[in-house]
Amino acid sequence: MSETIKFNLNGRPTRLTVDGERMLLWVLRTDLGLTGAKYGCGEEHCGTCTVLVDKEPVRSCQFSVKDINGKEVITIEGLAKDGNLHPLQKEFMERDALQCGFCTPGMILNAYGLLHQNPKPTRSEIISGMDNNLCRCGTYNRVVEAIQAAAGT
Amino acid sequence: MTKDRYVDSGQKNALSSLPMNRREFLKGMGILGGGIVVYFSLGDPSSLAITKRRGPLFARTPTDFNAFLRIGEDGRATLFTGKIEMGQGIITSVAQIMAEELDLPYDSVDMVMGDTDLCPWDMGTWGSLTIRSAGPVFREAAAEARAVLIELAAESLKVPKERLKTRDGVIFDSARKENRVTYAQLAKGKSIERQLKGSPVLKKVSEYKIVGKSFPQRDALEKVTGKAEYAGDIRLPGMLYARILMPPAHGATLKEVDTSGVNIKGAQVVKDGDLIAVLHRYPDEADKALEMVKARFELPKTGLDDKNVFDHLVLVAPKGRKVSKEGDLKKGEGLSSHLFEETYLSGYVTHATMETHTAVARLEGDRVTVWAATQMPFGCQANVASALGMKPKNVRVITPPVGGGFGGKGNNPEAVEAARLAKLTGKPVQVARNRAEDIFYDSFRPAAVVKIRSGLNDAGKIMLWDYDVFFAGEDGSLLFYEVPHHQVLSRGGWMRALPGSHPFSIGPWRAPATSNNTFARESHIDIMASKAGKDPVEFRLQNLSDKKMRRVLKAAAEKFGWTPSKTPSARGCGVACSIRSGSYVAIMAEIDVDKETGKVQVKRVAHAQDMGQVVNPDGAKKQIEGCINMGLGYALTEEIHFKDGEIFDLNFETYEIPRFSWMPEIETVLIDAQDSPPHGGGEPAIVCMGAVIANAIYDAIGVRLFQLPMTPERIKEAIKNSKA
Ligand code: FES
Ligand code: FES
Repeated sequence: MSETIKFNLNGRPTRLTVDGERMLLWVLRTDLGLTGAKYGCGEEHCGTCTVLVDKEPVRSCQFSVKDINGKEVITIEGLAKDGNLHPLQKEFMERDALQCGFCTPGMILNAYGLLHQNPKPTRSEIISGMDNNLCRCGTYNRVVEAIQAAAGT
Repeated sequence: MTKDRYVDSGQKNALSSLPMNRREFLKGMGILGGGIVVYFSLGDPSSLAITKRRGPLFARTPTDFNAFLRIGEDGRATLFTGKIEMGQGIITSVAQIMAEELDLPYDSVDMVMGDTDLCPWDMGTWGSLTIRSAGPVFREAAAEARAVLIELAAESLKVPKERLKTRDGVIFDSARKENRVTYAQLAKGKSIERQLKGSPVLKKVSEYKIVGKSFPQRDALEKVTGKAEYAGDIRLPGMLYARILMPPAHGATLKEVDTSGVNIKGAQVVKDGDLIAVLHRYPDEADKALEMVKARFELPKTGLDDKNVFDHLVLVAPKGRKVSKEGDLKKGEGLSSHLFEETYLSGYVTHATMETHTAVARLEGDRVTVWAATQMPFGCQANVASALGMKPKNVRVITPPVGGGFGGKGNNPEAVEAARLAKLTGKPVQVARNRAEDIFYDSFRPAAVVKIRSGLNDAGKIMLWDYDVFFAGEDGSLLFYEVPHHQVLSRGGWMRALPGSHPFSIGPWRAPATSNNTFARESHIDIMASKAGKDPVEFRLQNLSDKKMRRVLKAAAEKFGWTPSKTPSARGCGVACSIRSGSYVAIMAEIDVDKETGKVQVKRVAHAQDMGQVVNPDGAKKQIEGCINMGLGYALTEEIHFKDGEIFDLNFETYEIPRFSWMPEIETVLIDAQDSPPHGGGEPAIVCMGAVIANAIYDAIGVRLFQLPMTPERIKEAIKNSKA
């Protein structure tokens, strides 16, 4: 059923009339043209579709769009502010913490949520906090280093 | 040793029989005009064979080159190559090679890759071939361009060539430095074409400023900001998302289909022979529509499943091909005081790239453009052309960044489907596999069986090695240990297994043959070492005269801090070594085994590799780390379960791939060999992972695993059996 959903998207007030039961991933990628969030499994296993809703990482492949009503949504496209990369983006580049890059937006946003909750995580807290984000290229060691560097730990 | 490849190799020089020359090619592309162009050929003979095999499909293939380099009138260099970037880093390392040999700043080199309209024909990107086989040619082409620039400068500066020096895109008189001219000034208004012939003078390795230095990935900024557009991110006006009816099992036949129940507004149903699809402006609506399609399939009864397939493979295997033979096996047996006979198994595994197989196609008049996540843009072009009955020159394949390949993105059925559907609907169409389809349609790494019979004398020397490999392929089956009486037989091959051998399609998977062969060989070596009461590293060295292999083993042992001991020592340490793509690799690992749960945790890994010249050390390290992490999967969990063609693992829930918590600490040593030619870097480290963990498990708990993956269930089972 179509409904009007108002939310803040990457800093901009946004209003959308859609079937509220649709998954946020497809609305972002198709209706809103924001393709940074990727499809990897569709069943909450991999995290490539991760975006932030009120600064919490969510798996947009299984997150109904009606549930963003009144909330703030940040996608990878909205993470850099005024042309300045977020420290996580900088550190991912600095440590070359990516290969094919397909998992990268989800990794960065999940790490954002992790640091928002726990600004100075230990190494093992990072590992458990990131454990459900999969990277087939196997960049895990570098991603952990990048998160540590961004956290200044 | 043969190379892994998608296609048969055959006669050389097939290209020369084809009509098109380079001038026509460039004209066709609208690239003729200013600047200096050097054409060259990345001379892997298999690349030429495919051209012949596919005959007329490649009519547009240029006759004498498959890559070229242009120095534009702005002084920048652009490399045009059909190779593609999928995370392995050649977009960075090849640019380094070009910049180095051209004496240009790294940022003044542009890369145009995998676009069939802009790049001449290329065989594809796999097998760690780009740097080891094409790298030296890229280097020569750049040297040739630099030589042309020097000739031009000698004329323009009126100085003999010998006195000229190049630096950062400038040529100057070494006697009078202010007498200088830039590459841009030299290229301005020129139209010079050269074919790379012979060997131009190359820079000395000792003068290198760019090659051998670490450079971060070129496309990192796009990838951390979400701007990188993968095939699935292409958005075209009017584009429809297609979902295609998937059979419930391989070999199933469609008996009836009823699409009358599809009542999603805007959904379009297409039935074209075997292709049943629903299309919609929104992918999730297309999903829903597909669920409304009712279909009845007849299921095959092959009786094959993931347990009995090994017996089946041994049964159907054709006569073996002798890969090597020396001495006399009977004699070897006579000289041995201990004989060993074991069988090693590994199951089917899928690629599971995070990006599923995806393609977009748009038809305009008699031309079609395809954006495809592919390792073989020109193969994709041929596939699409033949499916649509078009000339290849009317098919343009553009390769966006590819979200992981590992050998799994070469067949392109999704591109063919997208093109067929674009033709049938008159709209641009995207076909993006969902995860279940991605696994179902994947070409798996083949299951394999290796039988080894060997013998040892009282001095701890291997006297006999009788090696029989079924369906893994022969790569990595050659023995590098010194054994006077040995034979290696390969049965059934790998990619060319006879129809009916495997219950579904199989294909390359990041050094598939070498991984399976290494698992068997290195496990077996350890079994002998243990019987001889020797430390497994010392035992290897004692049976090894190959200098390179000795060196990497020692380097890994030093990095690891290996202390010699008989096995099992209860420490959980293992070793394995191998050769892949010309690179020598040794890995040591320390693990924990939980005997209750059967779970293995790899704590740390030390790795040493001699890969010849290293173009981008950090890039190489990143590939090695990737190999080690990815290799934990086929070693510990990854396996396709199936029965009668039905695949049971269709998502990450049961098909478990490595994750953060599995990651070991990794230390790597790259042997300094900057003066030798480069070898492959994208695969060697993965090939040892099965064996090194099997050997570490044995060292930890005294139990030997003979089948990959070494799942908790198999480990518990093996513990139980060892007590019995
Ligand atoms: S696509 Fe959402 S978790 Fe994998
Ligand atoms: S970088 Fe390729 S999946 Fe993570």
